[in-house]
Amino acid sequence: MTERYIARSSAIAARMLGGEMMIMSAVDSTFFTLNEVATIIWQAADGHTSLAEIVEKVCREFEVEPDSARRDTEQFVDELSRHGILLISDEPIDNPSARPTEAL
Amino acid sequence: MKQQWNRSSQLCRRAEGPWNASKYEGNELSPAIQTHEVAIEIGGIPVLLRTEDASFRDLLENRYAGFVSRTARPKFEFDVDVGPHGASTDEDLQVKIQAGKWLLRRGDFNSEWDPRAGKGWIRQSANPYSIDSVLRIVHSLILAREGGFLVHSASAIRTGRAFLFSGLSGAGKTTISRLAPSDVTLLTDEISYVRRDGEGYRACGTPFAGELARLGENCSAPVATLFFLEQGPKNQIRPISSADAVRRLLRNILFFADDAELVKLVFRSALDFVTLVPVRRLTFLPDERVWELVD
Repeated sequence: MTERYIARSSAIAARMLGGEMMIMSAVDSTFFTLNEVATIIWQAADGHTSLAEIVEKVCREFEVEPDSARRDTEQFVDELSRHGILLISDEPIDNPSARPTEAL
Repeated sequence: MKQQWNRSSQLCRRAEGPWNASKYEGNELSPAIQTHEVAIEIGGIPVLLRTEDASFRDLLENRYAGFVSRTARPKFEFDVDVGPHGASTDEDLQVKIQAGKWLLRRGDFNSEWDPRAGKGWIRQSANPYSIDSVLRIVHSLILAREGGFLVHSASAIRTGRAFLFSGLSGAGKTTISRLAPSDVTLLTDEISYVRRDGEGYRACGTPFAGELARLGENCSAPVATLFFLEQGPKNQIRPISSADAVRRLLRNILFFADDAELVKLVFRSALDFVTLVPVRRLTFLPDERVWELVD
């Protein structure tokens, strides 16, 4: 099975507010709020940590079956990638421009 | 101790932004000869409109009475070419930056604005609606750079503080404005003008009226509270989560540009606003007693 890597796009603005991660796509103005689980996935999306490692991290912190965590994580990643918010690659993503623009 | 797992459907919540991408094909226009000048000052930002058409000047002075400035030195100026141009407001609005200039176009107007030079032109027929739209767009672009915004909201001053009542059409902006007691100064019943002011925000009066068909007062005050209006069985103030506040605010901010950098700026402004200003939900019947909750 091919390993996958995810990275946060530079074409977004994001900030934690009131305990929730808020993200807006600068491309299509789509606005997302992430819950705790999604925030962990988001913060781990550094381009070098594989999706499998991210799922393991989620399983360590939340009470969830690995298969369920993997399936839900992949759905989440696919949805954000459709809006250009997350980048997906079969190889580690080493592009500095893939770092997010924090709306500080 | 492990935390509770949530299904993926709850991992994130999505809301569509209010802005659509669009394409613009610009064209050139020679500037009009200076004849009549009217400076319209909204939110403390004067914009000079220059026209050869004396009747259009009169139209501007009547339309923006109370916001026409005799003393301000405008940083921004437009030559307005009034003629037999298109009048359809049905065509989609297009706002795009190209080579540092903003290009604005709709069926009833065509405009170009160089923000660095502070100069631009507008081509439209002699009507107040087109120039109104151009002014809203220009001010929204100016405010975005300053951390402020225009928002679908009534606003009013009471005891030296401004209150915003936001919501889309039908939420009750005009109704709550009509119900305002005599000690309230109405800034607008339709579109509020919000500027960053130190560690807070200031709401300014606008000439952009809704069904009330009355210009706001040309004054300003620090923003005390933003209320999101809802019709309900009783007058009541209720809390709102930060995420919901940001989501609703973004839905109500006027922003027209197809420009990724400005989208980020507006997002940041909305987050800053929700961080610094109390935001609440306000349900009302409606009756005038709702104003007993606003002080």
